[in-house]
Amino acid sequence: MTASSDVGYHAQRQARWHYGEAAFWLVVLACGFLFPTRYLIMTDILRLALFAMSLDLILGYAGIVSLGHAAFFGVGAYAAGLLALHGIINEPVLALIAAGLAAMVLGFATSFLVIRGVDLTRLMVTLGIALLLEALAERFSNITGGTDGLQGIEMQPILGEIPFDMFGKAGFFYSLTVLFVLFLLARRIVHSPFGLSLRAIKNNPLRAAAIGIPVNRRLIAIYTLAAFYAGIAGALFTQTTAIASLDVFAFDRSADLMLVLVIGGTGYLYGGLIGAVIFRILQEVFSTITPQYWQFWIGLVLVVIVLVGRQRLLRWVLYVPNLVIKQVAGRKAVVAAPESDA
Amino acid sequence: MTIALETQNLEKQFGGLRVTRDLSLKIEQGARHALIGPNGAGKTTVINQLTGVLKPNSGRILLEGQDITDLPVHKRVLRGLSRTFQINQLYPDLTPLETIGLAVSERLGHGGDWWRRMGTRNDVNDEIADLLTRFHLLDVMNEETVTLPYGKQRLLEIAVAIAAKPRVLLLDEPAAGVPESERHDILAVVGSLPRDVTVLLIEHDMDLVFSFADRISVLVSGALLTEGPPDQVARDPQVKAVYLGEEAVNV
Repeated sequence: MTASSDVGYHAQRQARWHYGEAAFWLVVLACGFLFPTRYLIMTDILRLALFAMSLDLILGYAGIVSLGHAAFFGVGAYAAGLLALHGIINEPVLALIAAGLAAMVLGFATSFLVIRGVDLTRLMVTLGIALLLEALAERFSNITGGTDGLQGIEMQPILGEIPFDMFGKAGFFYSLTVLFVLFLLARRIVHSPFGLSLRAIKNNPLRAAAIGIPVNRRLIAIYTLAAFYAGIAGALFTQTTAIASLDVFAFDRSADLMLVLVIGGTGYLYGGLIGAVIFRILQEVFSTITPQYWQFWIGLVLVVIVLVGRQRLLRWVLYVPNLVIKQVAGRKAVVAAPESDA
Repeated sequence: MTIALETQNLEKQFGGLRVTRDLSLKIEQGARHALIGPNGAGKTTVINQLTGVLKPNSGRILLEGQDITDLPVHKRVLRGLSRTFQINQLYPDLTPLETIGLAVSERLGHGGDWWRRMGTRNDVNDEIADLLTRFHLLDVMNEETVTLPYGKQRLLEIAVAIAAKPRVLLLDEPAAGVPESERHDILAVVGSLPRDVTVLLIEHDMDLVFSFADRISVLVSGALLTEGPPDQVARDPQVKAVYLGEEAVNV
């Protein structure tokens, strides 16, 4: 093999599909058939996963911290609600895209505020924008329904064919399809030169500029795209629950998202997906055991994750399975902890 | 002789401190020009203004006759002005392959490409392979930069700057901190740069300066003390007093 083709081969190393990834998506799909009574919670997890993937794009790849990502989720949610309520766009998929675009416009407009300054400034600016939108939504209650939210939303069948059912089956597979399509797009993007340049900016903006990367333009682009993703997540929320209320903008929602990524890890796209699953399951388990104090346990888990380190925890968890795998399939087949930080 | 890089009455102040004083430099095309001066003379501040990291308070910077004083960093790079840093500025989590691949992609205008995978363009791959080979990085191309030995990181630092195919290259103490055993690689690489690349070298190591440069400017307290060919600068009593004298004492 020549050096050049060797380079080409290794440059695409991470972009190639791994068996683990295919297995992951097959398991997710299988869940849709295995747990027909759990569609609502599973749909909720898919939405959270998409929302978290959106934050991962800016946090894990470009290093932009945000405590106000719910701003885009909220705009997407209200946009989808208003489009359906007033019959402007009745077909859910088109409405979904339109709602995503609405959030994207907001993302583009606010990106100029966010790229200025460093981490703390960014936290405050993003937080401020989300609070501001929440207040606006409350103030203009003639449009948004104020504290009552949008009521009486009736969703039309998907693509004019598949109606939303009361068990949430259609909603689940609809959400899963949207998540998968957007995941494929994100996967494509992060393995492109553009995606790599984001990681370079996160690693060292000074050097990134010194090799000719237009740092600000790249950050604006990814922030705008992430807003689109978050808007879609919000629109899915409205479409699958048929409600949109002020809590779509809530600070809790942005903060939970950070927790999801702390659990799942950033910078490899699956962090948001895995984190969303674990976060919701923990929430369910803890609130069943102790309905009043479940947040205590979630808090404890987070402190342990951050202090002990996810890598080390994963090594402990995988210790026994890997012993078995080593016996069966040889030394190299072990399941390794995914590389990531945060 | 054409002038590759020029400063006209460059002036930079940090608060009340004048770190660059009325500095006018002319660097000829293809020159091996060294900028020397004692610690704190403001050499790196000059580099930072040339590359656009800092904005001068007044004065102009011309690259091949065109005013670039107000251009942002990345646009100067695309115009052919590239640099290395005194302290490595690399991407800790990225591999040498990715680091160089990115620089090559940006230069060829593929940097904003968000659809096509990294590694699928043969022209980019060829260049990456060539650079990795020249800089002895082929065997470590898939290691994360943070895990590389310092000498390799230093080579990568220079390779990244070369990947931008500069017409003017600013080397800020290229051999700084490199152990003696790995020094040879760096000097060989610097020495083998093609003659059509203009090099401005900032350096403390007098052996390197006098073996490499064909012209030397001496900077003291932000102002130009003297300029000339190496033998003339070496004989200059003023230079001996402020700079070489001090060096001799240190040795």
